[in-house]
Amino acid sequence: MLAISGIVQIVLALVLAPLLQSIINRTKAVFAGRRGQPWLQPYRELWKLVQKGTVYSRTTTAVFVAGPIVGIAAVGLALALVPIGGWPALLSFPGDFLLVAYLLGVGRFFLVSAALDTGSSFEGMGASREVLFSALAEPALLLSLTALAAASHSASLTGIYAAIDSGMPATAAGPAIFLITGAMFVVFLAENARIPVDDPNTHLELTMIHEVMVLDHSGPDFALIQYAAQLKMWLLGSLLLGAAAPFRFGSAWLDLLAGLVGLGAIAVLVGIVESSMARLRLVRVPQFLIAASILSIVALFLVMR
Amino acid sequence: MALWLDVILVLLILTSLWLLGSSRLRACIQAVAFQGIMLGLIPLLCAWPDITVRLAAVAVLSMVVKAIVLPGMLRRAAREANVRYEVQPLIGFTTSLLLGIVLWGLAMHVSRQLPVTMLHVTPLLIPVAIFTIFCGFLLIVSRNTAVMQVIGYLALENGIYVFGWAFAIEDPLLVEMGVLLDVFVAVFVMGIMIYRLSREFDTIETDELDSLKE
Amino acid sequence: MWLFAAGLTVLSAGALLSLLLSKAPRLASWTGSAGAVGGCLLAIAAAIGVLWSGESAGATLAWEVPLGSLAVEIDPLAAVFIIPIALVVLIAAVYGAPYMQGSYHASTVGPSWFFFNLLAATMLLVVAARSGLLFLVAWEGMSLASFFLVLTDHRQESVRRAGWIYLVAMHLGTACLLVLFLLLGRSSGSLEFDQFAVEPGLAGVLFVLALIGFGTKAGFMPLHVWLPEAHPAAPSHVSAVMSGVMIKTGIYGLLRTVTFLPELPSWCGWTLLAVGVLSGIGGVLFALAQHDVKSLLAYHSVENIGIIGIGAGVGLLGISYDIPAMAFLGFAGALLHVLNHALFKSLLFLGAGAVQHGTGTRDIDRLGGLLKTMPITGGTFFVGACAISGLPPLNGFVSEWMIYLGVLLSVAEPARDANVAWAPLCVLVIGSLALIGGLASACFTKAFGCMFLGEPRSEQARHSHEAGRPMRAAMVTLAAACFVVALSGPVFLFLLRPAVLTIVPPGAREAAAAVVPQSLGPLVGVCVIFWATLAAVGLLSWGRRKMSSAGKVDGVPTWDCGYAAPTPRMQYTASSYASPLVILFRLLLRPRITLHPPVGLFPKQAGFESETPDLFAQYVFGPTFAGVAWIASKLRRFQHGRIQLYVLYIALTILVLLIWKLG
Repeated sequence: MLAISGIVQIVLALVLAPLLQSIINRTKAVFAGRRGQPWLQPYRELWKLVQKGTVYSRTTTAVFVAGPIVGIAAVGLALALVPIGGWPALLSFPGDFLLVAYLLGVGRFFLVSAALDTGSSFEGMGASREVLFSALAEPALLLSLTALAAASHSASLTGIYAAIDSGMPATAAGPAIFLITGAMFVVFLAENARIPVDDPNTHLELTMIHEVMVLDHSGPDFALIQYAAQLKMWLLGSLLLGAAAPFRFGSAWLDLLAGLVGLGAIAVLVGIVESSMARLRLVRVPQFLIAASILSIVALFLVMR
Repeated sequence: MALWLDVILVLLILTSLWLLGSSRLRACIQAVAFQGIMLGLIPLLCAWPDITVRLAAVAVLSMVVKAIVLPGMLRRAAREANVRYEVQPLIGFTTSLLLGIVLWGLAMHVSRQLPVTMLHVTPLLIPVAIFTIFCGFLLIVSRNTAVMQVIGYLALENGIYVFGWAFAIEDPLLVEMGVLLDVFVAVFVMGIMIYRLSREFDTIETDELDSLKE
Repeated sequence: MWLFAAGLTVLSAGALLSLLLSKAPRLASWTGSAGAVGGCLLAIAAAIGVLWSGESAGATLAWEVPLGSLAVEIDPLAAVFIIPIALVVLIAAVYGAPYMQGSYHASTVGPSWFFFNLLAATMLLVVAARSGLLFLVAWEGMSLASFFLVLTDHRQESVRRAGWIYLVAMHLGTACLLVLFLLLGRSSGSLEFDQFAVEPGLAGVLFVLALIGFGTKAGFMPLHVWLPEAHPAAPSHVSAVMSGVMIKTGIYGLLRTVTFLPELPSWCGWTLLAVGVLSGIGGVLFALAQHDVKSLLAYHSVENIGIIGIGAGVGLLGISYDIPAMAFLGFAGALLHVLNHALFKSLLFLGAGAVQHGTGTRDIDRLGGLLKTMPITGGTFFVGACAISGLPPLNGFVSEWMIYLGVLLSVAEPARDANVAWAPLCVLVIGSLALIGGLASACFTKAFGCMFLGEPRSEQARHSHEAGRPMRAAMVTLAAACFVVALSGPVFLFLLRPAVLTIVPPGAREAAAAVVPQSLGPLVGVCVIFWATLAAVGLLSWGRRKMSSAGKVDGVPTWDCGYAAPTPRMQYTASSYASPLVILFRLLLRPRITLHPPVGLFPKQAGFESETPDLFAQYVFGPTFAGVAWIASKLRRFQHGRIQLYVLYIALTILVLLIWKLG
C-alpha cells in the first residue's frame, strides 16, 4: 500500500508537472489582458523538442551530453523522497531531505559543467551566477527543513509533513512555520529561476541566469532540461506547500486533491508575483537569499527557545 | 492570546531585521511606524481580557505618537533634506543583516541568563525587547544619514518600551510617560539637527561633521 | 603486529637503498617506489587484521631512553588511520616514479625517495606509538621528512620560502605538544600513554594545547598558513600524501588526546565546532579566489579539515551533553571523512600533477579544453571534484551526511535536553555544512570547468599530453575507491564502530553502540538511492544514445549570439567565474584588485589583475613575526664575536645562579 501511494505520487508529478508552467503563464496572461497560451502548450513544446535533431558544438565533450541526463535522473530520484498531501513518499528515512537537497545539487553541478563545456562566455556568466545563488539558497532550505523537523519531532520528510496538519499553525510553533513558509518561498523562486531572482522571459543574454546556461542545448537534450526544471518546480512546490497550507480532510484522496490544488495555487501566486514585481538588481539578489536564511534561523530559535 | 502576542513579537523581529537590511528611508520610516502599531497592541494583548479604559487610552496614545506623529515628522524631515536613500553605511546592509542574526542569538542567550520569573504571558517578550534595543544601537552606530540614526533611536526606544511592559505590567503609566517624553526630546533635537545640517552642508551625512573638527 | 614491523622495516630499507643508489636515479626511483609499495601493503594487512578481529595488537621493546619505552600498538582507532595512510602512500609511490623522472633534476630523485619512505614510516609510527617520547620523535621525523620533500625543488626562491614557513609552523605546534605530554605525564612520572592521568581542572587547558599543537599540523584556521604555501611547492605525489593523509595525523592526535581527557567541559566541543566552521567556510572561500590549482586544493584541505572538525566537535558535544546519536555519528562522520578526504584529495592532487606534467603550468586561467587531450586525467578529476563537493552518489556525501544525521536525530528527539543551545548548534552544523557544500560546488565547477572544459586558453594547454600509464592507473584506482566507499556505505558503520567506541568514554559506550542499528536504516536508504541514481543515469544514457542517431549535427561552433569571430580568450575565465562570490565575501577575503580600464575612443591596452593573499598570514602572522624579528635584531647586539665578552656572560650567569641558589 505504501509503495502504491508513493508510485501514484511520482506518476502524478511526472504527468502534471508541465501544467504548473502553463498555470503560471495563464495567470500572467490574465494580468496582461491577453488570452494566454493553450493549457497543453508546455507538453506540445516538449514533444516538439523530442522529435528534433540535436546540434553539438565542436567544443563540447561527453560532459555536455551528460548534463541533461544526470539532471533528470537526480530530480526524478528526489521525487521518490518527497511526499505530497500528507501521503507517505515512496522511500522515507531520517535525514532524507538532505539527500533531496544534494540530489538537486548534483543536477546543478552537471548542468553548470555542461554550460562551461561550451566555452561560451555567456554560458560561463550564467553558470557563475547560478552557483552563487544556489550556494546561498541551500542553507535557507536546509535550515527551514531542520526547523520543521524540530517542530514536528521527526527527521524524515514523510514524518515531518504527516505531523504538520491544519492544527499546527495555531500552536506555539505557528509563528515559526509562518517564517519558514516565507523562507521556503524565496528558495522556491530562486531555485526555479523566477522573478525577482531571474526572469524566465528575458531576451537579453547578459541578464539571464538559468536560461543562458542552456543556450547551446537543443532537441531532446533541451527537452530533458525543460522537463527536469518543471519537475524541480513540482518538487520544491510540494515542500513549500506541506508547510504553508497543510490542509487535511480526513480522507486520503481528498488530502491528495488538496495538495494538487495547492500546487496550482502556488503557480498562480508565482504568476501574480511575476506580473506585479520587477526583477531585483543582481547585486541585491544575494541579500534577498541571505534574508531567507535569516528567516529560517529566527524560526529555528522560535521552535527551540 | 499568547499566540497572537507571539505573532506580534515575531513581526517586531522582522521589522527590526528589515530596518537593518533596507536602504530606502521611506520604507524604513514605514517599518518603524508599523513597529509603533505593534507596540500599541502589546499591552492590550498582555492584559486580555480585562482591559481598562486607562490601558486602552495609553495604548491608543502610544500608537498615535509612535505610528503617526513621529514617522510623519521624520518623513517631513527627510523630504525637506531631500534624501531618499542611505547610500554608504559604515556597515553594509548584508553584513548588518548577518550581525542582526548574531544579535538575536545573543539576545536569546542574555534573556536566558536574566533572573526574570514574573513573565506570565510569553517567554519571547524579553529577548525581543533586548533584540530591538541591540538593533537600534547597531543602526545608530552604523548609519551615516541623520534620519536613519533617528530611526535607530526610535527602534531603541521601542525596545525599551517592550522591556518596560515585561516588568511594569502592573502600573505602566509611569514608564509610558517617561518613554514618550524621552522620544519627544530626541526627535525634537534630531529634527533640528537634520534641518540645520541640510541647510548648512546641503547634506545630512553626519560624516561631514568631521570637517567641523578643525 | 609482526606484519606492521615488517612493513616499517621494508619502508626503511627502501629509504636507505634509494639514498645509497642516488647516483643511479632510475634504480633509486625503482627501489624507493617498490619499498613504499611493499611496506604499505604489509601495514594495510596489519590494520585490516586488527579491524577484522576487533582486537588490538601491540608490542613493547626495551629502549634505553629515560621516560621512554618502545611501546607500539595498533588499536581500532590507529587502524582506521593506518589504512588511508598506507593506501595513499602506496598509490602516490606508483604515481611518483614516472612523475619524478619527468619533472625533476636527476640528483634530487634518490634523496626524494629516501624522505618519501621516511615520511611514510614515521606517519605509521606516529599513529601506532603508545609512548609520548616515541610519538614526539616520530612526529618530529615526520615534520622533517616532509620539510625536505617540500624543498625538492629548492632552486626556486618561492619553494625555499614555503619550506621555512612550514618548518616554523611545525615547530610552534610541536612546542605545544611537548607541554601537553609533560603535563599529561606529570602525575605518574611516565610518558606511557596508558599511564597518563589528568589533574582535576586541567582538562580544558590540555584540550586547548592539543588543539593548537595538533591543529597546526591539521591546518585548522587560523593556524593553516603553511598549507597554501607548502602544498603547491612540493611535488604532486608528495602534496597528495601531505594533504591527503599527513595532516590527518593532527586529527588523530587530537582524537587520541580526547581519550586521555575523560571529563571535558562542554565549551571544548563548542570551540572545536567553531574552529571547524571557521576553517570550513574560510577554507572554501579562499579556495574560490585562487588561480593556482594546487593552492586551490590546499585551501580545500583546510575546508575538509574544517568538516572533520565540525564532526569531531559534534561528537565532543554529544559526549558532554550525553547525547549518544551526536557522539557516535559525529565521530563516525569525522573518521569516515578522514578516509574520504584522503581518497579524493590525493586523487585531485595527482590530477593537478598530471596537468602540470602535461602542460607545464598550474595557472587555471591559462588552461582549458584538457578533457580532449587528457581524458583519463580529466575524467578522474571530475569524479574527485564531485566527491569533494559532497555530491551523491560519491563518498564525500556519506560522511557529511552522517554528521548532519547526528544533529538531526538529536534535534528531532521529542525529549531533547533543554539545556543545550539547539538553535545555534543547528545553525553552526547544518547551516555551515550546507553553505560549505554549495560553495565547494561553485569552486570545483570553476576548477574543473576552466581546466578541462571549453577551449584551450594558451599554447601550453593546446599542446598538452596525457599522463603515462602508471600515473593513470593510480588516478583510476583512487576514483574507483571513491565509488566503492560510497556504494558500500553501511559497511563502514560497522568498521568504524570499534574506533568510535575507543574515543567515547567507557560510561557512554553502550549507549553510543546502540546508535549503530538506529542509523543503519537511513544509511541503507541513502545507499539504495545511490545505486538507483547510477542505474537511472546508465539507463537514460543508453536510451539517449539509441535516440540521438537521427538528425544529429556535429562540429559547429558554439552559439555566440551572432558574434562572428570568437576567440578562446573570450571565454569566461576562472577569475571572472568566481568574482561575484569573491565580491560578496570581500569583507573576509580582501582581494587586491589592480584595474587599468580602457581609456579613450581607441583604447590601446587595458588590464585587470586580482590577487587574494591570506588574511591571517597578512594581518596576524606577518606583523607578529615582523615584531619578533625586530626584537631579535635588537638582541643581536649581544652577538658580536668577542670571546672575552662571551666568557664574561658565562661568568655572570654562573654568579647569578650561585647567588640565587645559595643566597
